[in-house]
Amino acid sequence: MAYITCKNLSVGYEDGVVSEGINFQVKKGDYLCIVGENGAGKSTLMKTLLGLIQPLSGELTLDDITRAEIGYLPQQTVIQKDFPATVEEIVLSGTLTRAGKHIFYTKEDKKLALDNMEKMGITELRRKCYRNLSGGQQQRVLLTRAICATEKLLILDEPVNGLDPKVTAEFYGMVRKLNDSGISIIMVSHDMMAAITYASHILHIGKTQLFFGEKDDYLETCAFKKIGGLGGSDVN
Amino acid sequence: MLISTSNFFANLSYYLSFPFVRYALIVSTLIALCASLLGVTLVLKRYSFIGDGLSHVAFGAIAIASVFNLTNNVWIVLPITIVAAVFILRSSRNTKVRGDAAIAMTSVSALALGYLLINVFSTSANVSGDVCSTLFGSTSLLTLTKGDVIFTVVLSSVVIITFVIMYNRIFAITFDENFAKASGMKTERYNLLIAIIIALIIVLGMKLVGSLLISALIVFPTLSAMRLIDNFKGVVICSGVTSVVCAFVGMILSMCFETPTGATIVAANLVVYLGFTIVSRIRGR
Repeated sequence: MAYITCKNLSVGYEDGVVSEGINFQVKKGDYLCIVGENGAGKSTLMKTLLGLIQPLSGELTLDDITRAEIGYLPQQTVIQKDFPATVEEIVLSGTLTRAGKHIFYTKEDKKLALDNMEKMGITELRRKCYRNLSGGQQQRVLLTRAICATEKLLILDEPVNGLDPKVTAEFYGMVRKLNDSGISIIMVSHDMMAAITYASHILHIGKTQLFFGEKDDYLETCAFKKIGGLGGSDVN
Repeated sequence: MLISTSNFFANLSYYLSFPFVRYALIVSTLIALCASLLGVTLVLKRYSFIGDGLSHVAFGAIAIASVFNLTNNVWIVLPITIVAAVFILRSSRNTKVRGDAAIAMTSVSALALGYLLINVFSTSANVSGDVCSTLFGSTSLLTLTKGDVIFTVVLSSVVIITFVIMYNRIFAITFDENFAKASGMKTERYNLLIAIIIALIIVLGMKLVGSLLISALIVFPTLSAMRLIDNFKGVVICSGVTSVVCAFVGMILSMCFETPTGATIVAANLVVYLGFTIVSRIRGR
């Protein structure tokens, strides 16, 4: 059973199609990387999956998962750079999707947040202010918030932008652990090396879909070679 | 201007013996509290300018009301301001760059047209006095009726209770609107609600500090609190307390020294901001 199934999906905004003919599935335990050049529609597709924008045509079905059960790691915004909030406050806000009709956080919400902070190794940062953390720590906090919202599927938007190589590797390690624990991952990324190292499936889009399938098959295709393969600039 | 301390307190208790002074104090602290609560989310979302834009629109609306010789202008001013609030919030979301230009345009147009209307049609003998008190707040604060006070108390309680109930969601939307939306929160509804509450606060607050200075009540307490405090809850609480204290002290000082109320309250906020800035420098942050 697939969490997400797209059939002949077109994504874009009111003023036109960005990418069309998209067909893919994400099942439990999958690790899908969405790759493609700038402007190919990676972000647009991701926003469509999250329900932030509507699909232009085609089918997008969710099965055994609701929108609220999708965890999301967005790119950082300007607003967050100087936001006065503690790590704990931010992580807790991830549990709101489960809160339902509760006005305030319940004991379970707080426990979940604490457990997840422990799991991601940020417990000692919980009283620290978000704006004083390093880029890697901030990304960890946002990932922790995302897993408070989901046990099923995480969508990561360019998660290693601006992180140094060591922190990047640590971050990918954490995501892999989450994937091993059974959470499906959809990652939008420029980082081709990471895509072919960690992903189980690759979706390569341009104006239309160029490839969808298992990673090993992808390595044999023209789409991979066209983007430069391992020798290309994306690797660095 | 120099008076001794005992004289000051004697004056103070003398003033407090009048019910209209107590009314004015209650109303001003409540409005200041509401403005500061909403201010936290507005400042952090980079929407500070909305308060400024809306207050000018409200000025225009007051002008229209005065042309029609309406004694109770709230029923004209409030709807117009709410519509403008919704409009401004929409436009700033759709087109990021043009949004602030649109607000600048709307607000100066409303200001200019309002002044024009008052000048051309007004039957009042003291046009510039009317305009001045609308822009900078007036002594009408001391002519509040019991009805006005009840109206303000009810509205501010609604605002404060709404804020407390929505607190966690307001935090989530303020910190990361996309995440909140992606996790199924109806962010548009919250934004609409926030727009309506801002409009309410501005219309209420115009009596207190006037339309030019109302945005000070919205932005100053938050900016001061952010100088010293590192967590959201702390910023909310500190900005509420700062705002109430400044409104109270400003009000009292303005009565004792016969200075303009609105300007005195804003000056008190400025002093606190500067003080907090110095403290944060000393602490080396």
